Amino acid sequence: MGFERFGKVSFAPFTKVSKFVDFLDEGKIKGTVCKKCGTFHFPPRGDCVSCTSSEIDWKEISGKGKLVTYTTIHAAPQGFEDDKPYTLAMVDLEEGGRALGWIEGLDEKALSIGMALKLEIKKLKDDRLTFVLRR
Amino acid sequence: MKIGVVGIGHGVFGRRNDATVQELAFEPFKEAMEDAGITQNDIDATVIGSSPEYHKQRSLPGVVTEYIGMNPKPAFLTEAACASSSAALYSAYGFIKSGMFDIVAVIGVQKMMELSTPEILALMGRVGDVQWESNFGTTFPGYYAMYARRHMHEFGTTEEQMAMVALKNHFYGAKNPKARFQKEVTMEKIMSSEMVASPLKIFDCCANADGAACIIVANEENAKKISDTSVWLEGVGSATAPFSVLNRPSISTIPSAVEAAKSAYKMADVEPKDIQVADVHDCFTIAEIMAYEDLRFCKRGEGGKFIEEKQTYIGGKIPVNVDGGLKSKGHPVGATGISMAYEAVKQLRGEAGERQVSGAEVALTHNVGGIGQYCFVNIYKR
Repeated sequence: MGFERFGKVSFAPFTKVSKFVDFLDEGKIKGTVCKKCGTFHFPPRGDCVSCTSSEIDWKEISGKGKLVTYTTIHAAPQGFEDDKPYTLAMVDLEEGGRALGWIEGLDEKALSIGMALKLEIKKLKDDRLTFVLRR
Repeated sequence: MKIGVVGIGHGVFGRRNDATVQELAFEPFKEAMEDAGITQNDIDATVIGSSPEYHKQRSLPGVVTEYIGMNPKPAFLTEAACASSSAALYSAYGFIKSGMFDIVAVIGVQKMMELSTPEILALMGRVGDVQWESNFGTTFPGYYAMYARRHMHEFGTTEEQMAMVALKNHFYGAKNPKARFQKEVTMEKIMSSEMVASPLKIFDCCANADGAACIIVANEENAKKISDTSVWLEGVGSATAPFSVLNRPSISTIPSAVEAAKSAYKMADVEPKDIQVADVHDCFTIAEIMAYEDLRFCKRGEGGKFIEEKQTYIGGKIPVNVDGGLKSKGHPVGATGISMAYEAVKQLRGEAGERQVSGAEVALTHNVGGIGQYCFVNIYKR
């Protein structure tokens, strides 16, 4: 339990990495490191894809990354109709791994692939948490 | 042992408010049996390709096989999102090759239009990872829009070049009596159409549809007995890629397509230049441009230029989607793979009418599942 608080809506309430949300509460964004082979995962994983070990450590990330690609959603899915248009972007993180999130505080026209962005925690209503991408 | 296609059928794609899912499946199945000149008694098993999430009816193989009169023969369902029925054909190929069955009916069927567009957008968006992606309101066009934006950045591909794919596919769709949209469009109309997920506009996107298609395949002995115009399935390729786009090294290519193509070319002992007609997965215009590159019809990064030079029209280097593609036919996700197979066989038999590529002897189909997680590439010869 716990992971159902991540995101505007939740489709995956139960996961081995539900602690991720507890760390968000503490103001930290963390990925996982495999204790056995050292592989870093973001998004975090409870089981290592490289060596299949399930012993993991949590590692805080800076949130710094570079813009890989983006789009502005005009035709929104069920549950997001009131948010449109909203801009989604992917960033390659400085520590490795990749994140997808909403762009905040930047117009789509101001975006250029390769630019530096930062993943930041954002509180949503009903005690929910997510992250956004800002300059 | 070679695997031959002995019968094909294709239902009308579109908003089919006149039929249930099993009634849709019946239409191409009957047509394929008549095409082959056989009956249910001659067929050993049914493999159905479909995305079950769209239907209120559960357990499709049961309801379909009863309605089409295939009880008590065995039935199976394969799911690979938009490539579900190519997975069905791949399974049938294996069944026959192993000697388990001699003749198998493969049916791709989907009923989507009972759901509203926002419901479909939500459902399709969840073919991305629901834990880390869908909670941001991702959509299917949204993912391909991100591929498009990256492709434009890396290779200078333009919105106009993407529009040219739509222009071509609607040009040919106007010549296909089974297509959902049988009408040509203009560049101006495409370019000024409503934005769906930037940079993709509504005319960059294929349309949801209801529909079904069927192919009956047989071992060499039976294929020769049943038909003197058999088309042979000479190369099958299947591959997967990371489910999440967050785990893909490159997002300006579909890695499963590259792999599946490699396997199919090798098995059929052909090279890209030997393909004379192809049906590729143009769920979005950028997807067709990436397909040119992933299938090695042109060099990586040159897909935009390839359509601009009209190399994929009849008369160009390699005609692509001359049945109108998903773009004109509509995309009933489970039916699309077999719809492509139908076109390949029609072309090789010389039965494609106004859209016939004259003298075609080698055809290729490229069916991508989801946002590239699955791909099936098949090569047919006359």
